[in-house]
Amino acid sequence: MRPPLGGKAIVSNLLALSEKHALSVERLTVAFSHGEELLLALDGATFEVKRGEFVCVVGASGSGKSTLLNVLAGLDRPSAGRAHVHGRVALIFQESALLPWLTAAGNVELALELRGVSASVRQELAYELLGRVHLAGFEKRRPHELSGGMKQRVALARALAQDADVLLMDEPFGALDAISRDLLHEELERIWRESRLTILFVTHNAREAVRLGDRVMVFTSRPGRVAQEVQVNLPRPRSLDSPELAVIAGRITERLKHEMAVI
Amino acid sequence: MAAELAPQLSLSEALASRPHPVRRSAARVWSGLWPKLGAAVLLVVIWQLVVWSGWRTQSALPGPWPVLERLANDLRHPDFYAGIGLTLRRIAVGYAIAAAAASIVAILIARIELARRAVGSLLVGLQSMPSIAWFPLAILLLQRSEGAITLVVVMGAAPAIAAGLLSGIDHVHPLLIRVGRAMGADGLRLYRHVILPAALPAFVGGLKQGWAFAWRSLMSAELLVVAANQSSIGQLLQSARNLNDAQQLLAVMVVIFVIGIAVDSVFGMLDTAIRRRWGLLGVET
Repeated sequence: MRPPLGGKAIVSNLLALSEKHALSVERLTVAFSHGEELLLALDGATFEVKRGEFVCVVGASGSGKSTLLNVLAGLDRPSAGRAHVHGRVALIFQESALLPWLTAAGNVELALELRGVSASVRQELAYELLGRVHLAGFEKRRPHELSGGMKQRVALARALAQDADVLLMDEPFGALDAISRDLLHEELERIWRESRLTILFVTHNAREAVRLGDRVMVFTSRPGRVAQEVQVNLPRPRSLDSPELAVIAGRITERLKHEMAVI
Repeated sequence: MAAELAPQLSLSEALASRPHPVRRSAARVWSGLWPKLGAAVLLVVIWQLVVWSGWRTQSALPGPWPVLERLANDLRHPDFYAGIGLTLRRIAVGYAIAAAAASIVAILIARIELARRAVGSLLVGLQSMPSIAWFPLAILLLQRSEGAITLVVVMGAAPAIAAGLLSGIDHVHPLLIRVGRAMGADGLRLYRHVILPAALPAFVGGLKQGWAFAWRSLMSAELLVVAANQSSIGQLLQSARNLNDAQQLLAVMVVIFVIGIAVDSVFGMLDTAIRRRWGLLGVET
């Protein structure tokens, strides 16, 4: 049974006192059988994410980034090692993955319903959450009537509706145009600041990672594990076009190229 | 601050947010109706031409006009409505049982791997079996009763409905299932909130096909079961044939035809409504 809203805050406060880490991953290995072969997606990945931290994971395709998130969200099982999430998790997918038969508000309401929020307040809460991602007035639209950026805003509102402590994001803005992506970066940063969520953000774009993360972890390719960690100490809000950001992103990209060359 | 950020929706978002042009429903109904009316007129013209060609005598093959006159006359008699009413009641009962049973069976097959291996292939076999082949057995088991007719209708409709729902469940996009599970939906709640709504279009397809099978099965069964003092559409057909009353025969056939088209267009509207909801309708012209 899930604790109701009020109870949850207390539980997570207690956790905050006892736990400094929102995420801890220890020698995590995930293998998939592919016919006769065994494919290693992750091989001994080890890292920790502090409560309230914004961490980006960068890796070329095949670095097991999505697998990592799926394991953390409880959708895939680790073959070896451990992955611990302290608190509740919400996952945002690459495609917005909204349910096409529900309106924007309906999608958010479903997350509330599955969390056990009573029917009488669901709609009001959903409208409020959509307002937080600047979609007021679009509550009754269905996903096919929304642009890519708006769909990801709904997905963000839906994730917030899950009242998670940890937000896992799997290349959420990869398919968006540059302007929408820029706006969503600001939006996400604002929401993160206001809520003190812990965010693990997966991307293949080094600039995006440096734009958003307190820390960037570069993953190796096939199988994935942490190759390098970069602490980003630039002041927020950051601009994608700032030269300092470009320097750090450039170093990460070099490292990624090196990883690609190894294969 | 928040209010200032609101206009930040980019150009592409603003474009996508334009409301769809709402077409007047009367115009839509008419655009759906006129091809059907045209086809009906064409059918009547061909019918009239065949009659005029003198291929058969007027008593064996009356023209459209006397048949429609006869139909108008029939429609003034309560007996006629009683017959249609009985038939519609039979189809409603049989179809409802078939839909309920088929839904349960399809969900069980989808959920339980053993059930799938056991019954999955049987479903295809049952679907291709003409349901009237069940009739002799139904009569042995249930005599010439309403039950026997219901059984035939159910056996006609259920496999198609089950197959439709099952294929709908099997083809739910895996991403949607992951989304549901990531939101904490599991077991029955995953079915209720994600899998069954996602399977709805295929389910409606199965229901539509099941209806056609049910209607055919019922007509066959009614022609075979001749219960005394019980007027049904099949009965009306049979007695018209016995009396060599071709006008009556054709008038009843028109009724069967109209009911078939009416129900089919209900399914058509349902299908369109779902596709519009999902945004699968494409650009309306």
